[in-house]
Amino acid sequence: MTRKDLILLICFIVAVLAAPVILEPVGAGYPDLLQKFAIFGIFAIGFNILFGLTGYLSFGHAAFLGVGSYTAVWTFKLFSMNPLPAIILATLLGGLFAVLIGFICLRRSGIYFSILTLAFAQMSYNLAYSVLTPITNGETGLQLAQSDPRVLDVAFGRDYGAVLPSSDFFGMTMTGYPGFYFCAVLLIVCFFLSIRIFRSPFGMMLRAVKSNQNRMNYTGLNTRPYTLAAFVISGMYAGLAGGLLAVTDPLAGAERMQWTASGEVVLMTILGGAGTLLGPIIGAGVIKYFENIFSAFNDGILMKAFDFLPETLQHVMVSISSVFVGEGWHLTLGALFMLIVIFLPGGLMEGFDRLRHSFSSRSGNDDSEVAASVKDAPPVTGGRP
Amino acid sequence: MDAILLQILNGLDKGGAYSLIALGLALIFGTLGVVNFAHGALFMLGAFCAVTVKTVMSIEIVTLDPTRQTAWGTPMEIRTPYIEAWLGDFGATLLDFSVPLSILIAIPIMLLIGVAMERGLIRHFYKRPHAEQILVTFGLAIVLQEIVKSYFGANPIPQPAPDVARGMVDFGTLVGIDAGNVVYPAWRLIYFLFSVVLIGAVFAFLRFTTFGMVVRAGMADRETVGLLGIDIDKRFTVVFGIAAVVAGLAGVMYTPILSPDYHMGMDFLVLSFVVVVVGGMGSLGGAVAAGFTLGILQSFASMNEVKTILPGIDQIIIYVIAVVILLVRPRGLMGRKGVME
Amino acid sequence: MSNLSVLQVNKRFGGLDALRDVNLEVKSGTVHAIIGPNGAGKSTLLNCFVGRLEPDTGSVTFDGKSLLGIKPHEINQAGVSRVFQTPEIFADLSLIDNVMIPAFAKRDGAFTLHAWGSVADERDIRATAMDMLADVGLDAKANDIAGQLSRGDKRRLELAMCLVQKPKLLLLDEPTAGMARADTNNTIDLMKRIAGTGVTMVVIEHDMHVVFSLAETITVLAQGTVIAEGLPEDIKGDPRVQEAYLGGAHL
Repeated sequence: MTRKDLILLICFIVAVLAAPVILEPVGAGYPDLLQKFAIFGIFAIGFNILFGLTGYLSFGHAAFLGVGSYTAVWTFKLFSMNPLPAIILATLLGGLFAVLIGFICLRRSGIYFSILTLAFAQMSYNLAYSVLTPITNGETGLQLAQSDPRVLDVAFGRDYGAVLPSSDFFGMTMTGYPGFYFCAVLLIVCFFLSIRIFRSPFGMMLRAVKSNQNRMNYTGLNTRPYTLAAFVISGMYAGLAGGLLAVTDPLAGAERMQWTASGEVVLMTILGGAGTLLGPIIGAGVIKYFENIFSAFNDGILMKAFDFLPETLQHVMVSISSVFVGEGWHLTLGALFMLIVIFLPGGLMEGFDRLRHSFSSRSGNDDSEVAASVKDAPPVTGGRP
Repeated sequence: MDAILLQILNGLDKGGAYSLIALGLALIFGTLGVVNFAHGALFMLGAFCAVTVKTVMSIEIVTLDPTRQTAWGTPMEIRTPYIEAWLGDFGATLLDFSVPLSILIAIPIMLLIGVAMERGLIRHFYKRPHAEQILVTFGLAIVLQEIVKSYFGANPIPQPAPDVARGMVDFGTLVGIDAGNVVYPAWRLIYFLFSVVLIGAVFAFLRFTTFGMVVRAGMADRETVGLLGIDIDKRFTVVFGIAAVVAGLAGVMYTPILSPDYHMGMDFLVLSFVVVVVGGMGSLGGAVAAGFTLGILQSFASMNEVKTILPGIDQIIIYVIAVVILLVRPRGLMGRKGVME
Repeated sequence: MSNLSVLQVNKRFGGLDALRDVNLEVKSGTVHAIIGPNGAGKSTLLNCFVGRLEPDTGSVTFDGKSLLGIKPHEINQAGVSRVFQTPEIFADLSLIDNVMIPAFAKRDGAFTLHAWGSVADERDIRATAMDMLADVGLDAKANDIAGQLSRGDKRRLELAMCLVQKPKLLLLDEPTAGMARADTNNTIDLMKRIAGTGVTMVVIEHDMHVVFSLAETITVLAQGTVIAEGLPEDIKGDPRVQEAYLGGAHL
């Protein structure tokens, strides 16, 4: 690993582990939200390996999220409440599903590919609500029950008695901060893996796919296995994220598989910066923050925020901004997304980049090594990340 | 035989909606080369035009009737819509026909929205890759959807069809089968006819006007048209406006069939894209043919006999067909070879 | 012998005979030019060499293996590299990356899941790529983005990308198209050096200056058939060739 990447990784580890403390002042330090940051960060990192590197825009990744969730809950019911087998199986099944869907969808590229993934996402969603209800329990969602077999737990002598169990990792409960740290460790591992993929020859080939598939073919490279591999890897990341969703909240519902839910991870990746290392995680964090914090704003909070204004102006500002917060946070998100796609297609990472360059050129200083590695080091020598 | 006829009829109104939306999508893609993920939102906006018109027409004035009393002994309130108060029976009729009347309001509004969209946003994305077009129109669809939701609320707002059309039509007698076997809601039949007329109007416009000829030429070969010195930009705006109006009107008339809610745009969008792909992305005729075909197929797939053999088939039939077509014949049923292959 | 053998190739498009009874033998290690007026079928013929088109009859074999109907990456694996009319390069990647990718392909084959190791550690590949860039005179720009290059430089980069794989057969589709005089001369020099290394080259060209500077054998196509073939001096004076070019090209 290059020195820049190592510093980046260490800073990342520190930031994640200290997140409850760092994010407390902005009201984001509580476990539920932190878990969501980690889980959707994992989802977005995986999606970025496909979309950011190869340029293939999939609207179907929520299906893998759903598969991961259902797998995890079934593992809880059948085998053990321990999250480990649940997430392992969730990842594997996510990958398997991705092989099947990817094999078909990747026969086409560009917008045809996107529409194919859309079709599969909707198919999965519709089937989950109708025919597959024995597995998915349709609208109510798959839930735990006291009477679940849990064969592994029984074999190891663990009895949850008359209480509806929650997942625990060898005795450590998966709710609250321990739950977050479980997810955080996995986030760090996933981030590390993504660094390796980005910097590897495989990663370079994925970028070649995005750049010029024709030349790639005539260079003797078969592009199909490369795109399929990227698709499956992203599917596994999504499966893992889905499994973790169930670990922290053992209820699996089909609404996670709708294509608009796929849209959310697209938003996250692009908002943060597609094709960058940190971008997707930042995007996931921003969107989840919006979803939980922004959506809790109401007129009272807004009034306090605009307290410093004279009263009529205060009321005007409150009525304008109230459209954008609370229930209207989706509106803000959509508008923000449009602005990013129009003006800053490289996402927030591009924004930081531009800011950094405008400051360093003004002050005439060269970037310190650490500052440079907070953003991304170039994947290979030369070129933009 | 009756059952088959009924299922065909069943699929025609939804097929009509798919066809109209897909027609606009195909027009925009074929002429402007833009993938418009906000097209479903235009359908939804049309529906909410109808909602607004009815709401406005239904604003009531309250008068007190001293001759009648409520349980508390106060004079009873009589609530009358202004329209009825001013225009009497004619007003009541107008209110009854609010949905068809909304067409008159919807045309200019949707045209305005379409032109604004094209001028303000879409034209900047002509040269940008399809993925970015999808993303920005997707964002726009969310924004439009949320604006509607914040204003109209999250619940569906039922819109009644005119009284005349509220009943059932005994289709059987019309085609000479026994009475009472094939009975079908009148408004849905009317919707089908409406969609046919609208589609016919679009095709007639494209075929019989000079403007239409230029558009068709542009769909076939945009570069040459530009080289011929024809100002294609203005025409693009008009084309987008027309597509928006078509989608909007489809939405207006659909309101009695499906109560409008802020989410309906997205719901119809996916299916409409699938229709366009099946029909062939550059083909208008394909979009229309595929729309009706898929609507009818979906209707057949929801027959109980079919569902017992293939459970759940009604949910996925359209997508399965799309997948098959995309794999076997990516240009679609009627697309031109080489377009996006 | 790694000869490119084209035997009795015919191709019809609807009512048009694009290629009629085309026979061609390119001897290993030579530079063979294919010329002809527009519409003669040169691009059609080239597309048959690279698996893009399948002729109705006939065969195209290289090194004993048929090139018909196989996928582009398989064509490359058979030792055939090609250069496009508009240089096809990886425009958003750096020059060194552009050359490393073919080097990886040569070493690792059509697909390897090489996802753990780092590109930065691949010193041999990087050295090979840098050497190749130096050979074509682009090493000073190794870290620049390929999309920013001039057309002439893009062509040189594309050639470097082909050469780093040590191809047995190099197909050049109008390599100097769209170039100014200086660039064209530079490209000719580069191609001469390439020819000197013993690579078999098939060049489709319009620019007669390029053709007569490089070619050892010339095949002339007109309206889908071979109307002349032979040494440059013979072709120069051939009346059929002059007629085919409508009043004689400036030979």
